[in-house]
Amino acid sequence: MTAQTTYEAVIGIECHVELKTRSKMFCGCANEFGGEPNTKVCPVCLALPGALPVANKEAIEHMVLAGLAFGATIPEFSKFDRKNYFYPDMPKNYQISQYDMPLTLGGKVRYWTEDGTLKECRLTRIHLEEDTGKSIHAGGGDGRIAGSAYSLIDFNRAGVPLMECVSEPELRSAQEAVGYLEALKRTFVQLGISDVKMEEGSLRCDANVSIRPAGSHELGTKTEIKNMNSFRSVLRAIESEIERQVEILESGGRIVQETRGWDETQGVTHSMRSKEEAHDYRYFPDPDLVPLEIDRRLLDRLKASITELPPERFERYHRRYGLEAKQATQLIDNLPLAQYFDAVAEAGCAPQLVSNFVLGDLSRLANETGTAVASSAVTPAHLAELIGLVESQTINSKIAKELVERMWQGHGSPKAIVEREGLAQTSDAAAIERFVDEVLAQNEKAVADYRAGKTNILGFLTGQVMKASRGRANPSVVNELLKKRLS
Amino acid sequence: MIDIKYVAKLARLALSDEEIELYGKQLGDLLAHVNELAKLDTQDVPATAQVVESRNVERPDEITPCLDRETALSQAPQREGAFFRVPRIIAEP
Amino acid sequence: MNDLTRLSGSEIAREVGSKRVSACEIVEATLGRIDAVDDRLGCYLTRLHESARAVAQRVDQRIAAGESLPLAGVPLAIKDNMCLTGTRTTAGSKILEHWIAPYTATAVQRVIDAGAIPVGKANLDEFAMGSSCENSALGVTRNPYDPKRVPGGSSGGSAAAVGANLAAIGLGSDTGGSIREPAAFCNVVGFKPTYGRVSRYGLIAFASSLDQIGPLARTVADTALVYDVMAGHDPYDSTSIDRPVEKTAKALRADLKGVRIGIVQEFVTEKLGAEIDALYKRAYSELEGLGAELVPVSLPSADFGVATYYLIAPAECSSNLARFDGVRYGLRVDGADVGEMYEKTRAAGFGPEVKRRILIGTYALSSGYYDAYYVKAQKARTKFAQDFARAFERCDLIAAPSASSPAFEFNAKSDPYSMYMMDYYTIPMSLAGLPALSIPCGYAGSPALPMGLQLAAPLFEEAKLLGAAHAYEQATQYATKVPVAV
Repeated sequence: MTAQTTYEAVIGIECHVELKTRSKMFCGCANEFGGEPNTKVCPVCLALPGALPVANKEAIEHMVLAGLAFGATIPEFSKFDRKNYFYPDMPKNYQISQYDMPLTLGGKVRYWTEDGTLKECRLTRIHLEEDTGKSIHAGGGDGRIAGSAYSLIDFNRAGVPLMECVSEPELRSAQEAVGYLEALKRTFVQLGISDVKMEEGSLRCDANVSIRPAGSHELGTKTEIKNMNSFRSVLRAIESEIERQVEILESGGRIVQETRGWDETQGVTHSMRSKEEAHDYRYFPDPDLVPLEIDRRLLDRLKASITELPPERFERYHRRYGLEAKQATQLIDNLPLAQYFDAVAEAGCAPQLVSNFVLGDLSRLANETGTAVASSAVTPAHLAELIGLVESQTINSKIAKELVERMWQGHGSPKAIVEREGLAQTSDAAAIERFVDEVLAQNEKAVADYRAGKTNILGFLTGQVMKASRGRANPSVVNELLKKRLS
Repeated sequence: MIDIKYVAKLARLALSDEEIELYGKQLGDLLAHVNELAKLDTQDVPATAQVVESRNVERPDEITPCLDRETALSQAPQREGAFFRVPRIIAEP
Repeated sequence: MNDLTRLSGSEIAREVGSKRVSACEIVEATLGRIDAVDDRLGCYLTRLHESARAVAQRVDQRIAAGESLPLAGVPLAIKDNMCLTGTRTTAGSKILEHWIAPYTATAVQRVIDAGAIPVGKANLDEFAMGSSCENSALGVTRNPYDPKRVPGGSSGGSAAAVGANLAAIGLGSDTGGSIREPAAFCNVVGFKPTYGRVSRYGLIAFASSLDQIGPLARTVADTALVYDVMAGHDPYDSTSIDRPVEKTAKALRADLKGVRIGIVQEFVTEKLGAEIDALYKRAYSELEGLGAELVPVSLPSADFGVATYYLIAPAECSSNLARFDGVRYGLRVDGADVGEMYEKTRAAGFGPEVKRRILIGTYALSSGYYDAYYVKAQKARTKFAQDFARAFERCDLIAAPSASSPAFEFNAKSDPYSMYMMDYYTIPMSLAGLPALSIPCGYAGSPALPMGLQLAAPLFEEAKLLGAAHAYEQATQYATKVPVAV
């Protein structure tokens, strides 16, 4: 089947991110993942009769930081509202959330896609709320709600601070959606306000997906996709949903507005329509909590604490330094490594060379030894020195590789090692000639072959000379000399 | 007129037919009184959520002791091991 | 000393503090009287004999160790919507009939720390919703002045217990009049402080923006003593006020010279019948006789109080009571699925008045009605604050009836709205968050049934309020004129 029309997807993302704090949102129970069930509960988060919430100051500041990072408006006044609905893992049967006066409004998320294109997606709002507990659906075999006989509830997660980020429907592909989510994640991790571990459920997202003929400005009927548990499943789920919608429209059907669940194993979305439940959340201001007023001093203090954010860093690495998007991303995703990279690059080394060392040899050594690059014996100053030696052709790249190993082992300054061990590259023809003679004498057959026309054997001979010089000989001088002697 | 059945559904209250009729009538009467409020001029009057104005009541982000698990679970109508147990859930919220 | 149960809290604290009487002796006397009469009165849902004796011993030890305790050995009735660790805390509801609280309410803890001894958890209208105690699902409380009549509500158990000497002091909670009305019916002093003065942590919520814990006692001095111990900021209650508390026990005065007392023109006591009208007119002239200047003031919104209250309080309650779902504690009635379990549990666990309020509150918050009802009521609430602010430009305190009648007979108010109208005089102060109290001001009817005079002050003016009430009490001594019948 060939599509007559080209379609454009319109995607909006709503995601819930658990904030990293020591204690829960409205009580002093530990905010930690896992643990024995029902051990991190108290009268407040278990909603015992008479218990009252008191807001966690740190969580509110985290929210403001997030807002500032995305250039959102931080309204002077904000408040908490109750969202009323019954669900067994929600102890009060209302969720403390924010309805019409969230802590942050607007703003935009700058993100990039695999090919390095920088894009942006506007945010509608970010608001603060509390997480629910967790239900385990038992007696059905596969742990799913459908077909379960009963459920078991653990309230350890109930009351963990949660921010809900709502984007405008400005994403146009599954790749963009993932790029957007990754940018959120990088920003939150860098700000230190969340660990953003999807596998631990600290980031959960839903996607609103619709399609329309390319060029159209009207919005199609959207579906809401749930149960996406990794960035990869976000990618696959949205792609699959777009495909499904295109097929429906192409065959003359209509999209039904509904909630669909992503089935990871089958790679498709399923309708989650259940029996008609009345949804009327009856939001009203929580009378147990008082309004929030964000003052200028707090804003200024938090603003000052924000350092270069991932999109700006990406722009610098990719656009200014010319690093490949993949390399730039790799650095950005490991902030200490990126800072290490910056320290070396700022010493005046060519960024591409620095990146090669940092992401190449150093990262390999870090993996092998379990020591992070930034805390290894190779200081940024030493690496800068080493790169200086390479750039001045004092040593060649082979020696440089060896040196990195030695430096990692704690042998100190590369200059000192080079001097101590006489590793500097030599272009002295007389010295190199000795090695050339030696090699030609030992490889008569190769010499004969070369003269018989197999000129590509020159590489082999060059290698042998380099080896004999323990890598010190300047390869281009070796090359020249060999050619001269063989001609 | 109040749709008592709908409201009872939202409030998760099972009501008998007699109750639906009785409460329907009583709440209708009450609403008739409450509707008198329309006569009170509240134009340009701000809403009061709390009588004593206060702002930014927050606690420091510190861990305080939790209930021990047995105490937390001891009042559960039904438990299974360390969990609270509930009858089957039909659908996600 | 012949009857230790007749001593006031201040007297007990003084006697126990000076070791002339032990806390154990005081408590035994009170427990004895409870055993003797409470089967008839029904003040307590749970008697705390065992723990009371243990607490009394500790109080005696603390006194022996030289500690000075403002409420040393004072027997205390706790309204059963306040948590006390290890004791059954029911809110008068089947849904919590067997619930054991694992923590103690801040206000209760403060009173215990000051040496008071809880002797029982007192009956109340279910979840504090009512004006007669008849809405309790767990017991009937009778008025000590006439057992055929109600003690008032919702703090009826505490009021009756203090009135009948089954405790020297009591704790109640007041949302629209629930301390002041039963205090009037049982001939005791009942005081609702400024909203936020006393922590609500551990008070089972009815309507969060209105609920306030306060003392019931036989004298104003005792009331002040208990208030002084309880009041003050609590980091566990975001709405508790963080500002210094003036010690009211030091502000008690003997006259009302220089005090301007406002008489609300809209509160027309002629409507209450000749006898009651005369009684309140006498009370006002007694205030004048003590040196007060009476000034007419106006509360133009007064007639809208009940309507405003019966939107805001049920709306909040509909959400506050959602947690009673049969999952974590309390009653559960099984169902085929969790939704059916909720509906059956709540149907069986809540009484008719609670259901009515949940329904009306859910309705008032529901989509399409929120602005017309809930927001409108919140705006009306602002009008009450404005009315009082204007009134208090002309006066220092306001005097009014505490209730429109003395205690009525059981089942006298079958129509919910007529019961709601019992709080006509107390609701405006609640909506504005003002401190207000009821003090005995005479008797009406036959047999002679106690009546209460309500005094209200601007926000945070508790000292002025209790000071004036003390002057009135000392001059009139109405509480002691007719002894209880039981």
